[in-house]
Amino acid sequence: MIFLPLLIALPLFSAFVIPLLSKLWKPFAPVIGNITTFVLFIFSLYGIAAIQGFPMLVYKFGNWPPPIGIIFSFDAFSAFMVFVISIIVFSGALFATKYLNHYTGQWKFWTLYMLLTTGLMGISVTGDLFNMFVWIEISAIASYALVSFGIEAEELEASLKYMVMGEIAGMTLLLAIALIYAKTSTLNLADIALSFQTIQYSKFYWSILALLLFAFSVKAALVPFHFWLPDAHPAAPAPISSLLSGVFIKVLGVYTSARFIFNIFGLTRENAPFFFNILVGIGLLSIVYAGITALSQKDYKRLLGFSTISQVGYIMLGLGIGNFYGIAGAVLYILAHGISKALLFLTSGSVVYVTGERNIEKLGGLGESMPTTAWSFRFGALSLIGLPPLIGFFAKFLIALGAIKQGFLWLAIVAIGFSGVTLGYLLKIENNVYLKKNGVEAKEAPFLMRVAMVFLVILLLVLGIGYKPLMDFVIQPATDALLRGTEYINLILGGI
Amino acid sequence: MGGMSLIVRRITEIVCGFIFMYGLYIILHGHLTPGGGFAGGVIIAGSLILRVLAFGSGTESERMLSKRIPKLMSVGLLIFWGAAFTGLLMAGIFFLNAPIFGLGTPFHLLSAGLIPICNIGIGINVAAGLFSIFLAFAAVKYFMEE
Repeated sequence: MIFLPLLIALPLFSAFVIPLLSKLWKPFAPVIGNITTFVLFIFSLYGIAAIQGFPMLVYKFGNWPPPIGIIFSFDAFSAFMVFVISIIVFSGALFATKYLNHYTGQWKFWTLYMLLTTGLMGISVTGDLFNMFVWIEISAIASYALVSFGIEAEELEASLKYMVMGEIAGMTLLLAIALIYAKTSTLNLADIALSFQTIQYSKFYWSILALLLFAFSVKAALVPFHFWLPDAHPAAPAPISSLLSGVFIKVLGVYTSARFIFNIFGLTRENAPFFFNILVGIGLLSIVYAGITALSQKDYKRLLGFSTISQVGYIMLGLGIGNFYGIAGAVLYILAHGISKALLFLTSGSVVYVTGERNIEKLGGLGESMPTTAWSFRFGALSLIGLPPLIGFFAKFLIALGAIKQGFLWLAIVAIGFSGVTLGYLLKIENNVYLKKNGVEAKEAPFLMRVAMVFLVILLLVLGIGYKPLMDFVIQPATDALLRGTEYINLILGGI
Repeated sequence: MGGMSLIVRRITEIVCGFIFMYGLYIILHGHLTPGGGFAGGVIIAGSLILRVLAFGSGTESERMLSKRIPKLMSVGLLIFWGAAFTGLLMAGIFFLNAPIFGLGTPFHLLSAGLIPICNIGIGINVAAGLFSIFLAFAAVKYFMEE
């Protein structure tokens, strides 16, 4: 179990040591950044292996037992999130090594990148409510700074908007934590769940849930609260865009809300159908509104930002359907969308690196001069649309299957039908940037950037073809961890 | 930017060192008396801020210090991280309070395991961090007046 504290100790160490030593040897920061993310990737695979056959691993900090001390609770859903984070952080670090040639003060980027990684890892493994808040703030503050990394007017404006919205969500979360602490006198998640069983369905219970859902919806950029994302994600450097869109909003918004809804509040579709219908409604609104808005975008990265909002709607839809297939689809969608959207943002970074242009109408003909980038884009786009055998197909299929089993045939038709809209806006990029002849001079992106993109393409193919083992060893245990509901309490507090 | 009047500067010269020393006292006795790394760090940052207020920003000593702030913060955080990691090395438990000086004898400076070392790390980090926040505000005001 020693890898559990190392998940946060390693990137923290890198973050602190980079400012000290990067002045002595210039490439120190990228080298240690890449080594750290690679080691985290190995640890995440080890974590998936370690969780097989165990419902929960509990790591006690300073050897204090759970309701008193702080713990890491590592179940299959946490292992899955750590796996997704480490994939995208690893490819982003590879990509950033070359991409950052445009920027000054590179060590600051790497320090913030490591802190962001620490925060994401911490959120996915922590078993303590206030620690979760601290990790959320660490990763959020690092991301505000990274969005404004280019310090141009546009980036600063986007970062300010993002910071105001993010902190409104953060303070709402803090208010909810204060209320919970006042009521239950504990901050351990399992202990809170235990206390909530006595006040289930009271007014207090529902108002806390509303506060938390608001905070996490802002972080996840679901539609009524989405307007910061199309500014913030495109303004960041490409590896950060891919990290933010690929995994950041899912850890801060989707993972946290799923953990609270299923494990802490103990809600299921059977005992709270109205609440789950709200989730379906939010998801549907995001899919429809952001999907249609994306069709009219002209900026490469801004279009992908709207696409992210639309795709997060699918994840919420899957959670809202609430039966096994719906939740399994949502969990798989986190992985599928994470990899494919990270890949799409990396291709946008590679186009910006070579041409310095983001407006898709001024680009053209890059399909011949940049074949690796173009084919990476095509694979990512096909996975996002949901074409077999890529991994995106299975995620969408499971969500549709869940909807049909739950008796929402129209929901399955809308969800699958909006793949057509996804196809529409991605074809717009394909046509304008890669196919159309426009005489833009370009050469292929540097080697390391291509390696990062090809790594993600290979993952899309391998995970898609190896769907059966992925389902058995990763997705199904993660879904079971959510569907286990409030048995979570006994797994953490039971052994004491 | 110009500083304040001669009286203020003179008093600052006398008082500043004592405030700094008081901050060190609070940090080092964090495990015995009220206070600790954060409170002591704030007091140390206060003494540095007082100097900048009295003598004006842009002095040679201030520039020397502000250049080293990122490194100072890293050192403070690495001390804290090292204290946490010692537990992992000694017993496989992160943040274990390893009994290097024994675990807590009242009124003894060298006691309470790794807590004093954690306090020193926090103190360095908080002092450097708060001072850098103040310098950032001072720099913004300076640019606005330009």
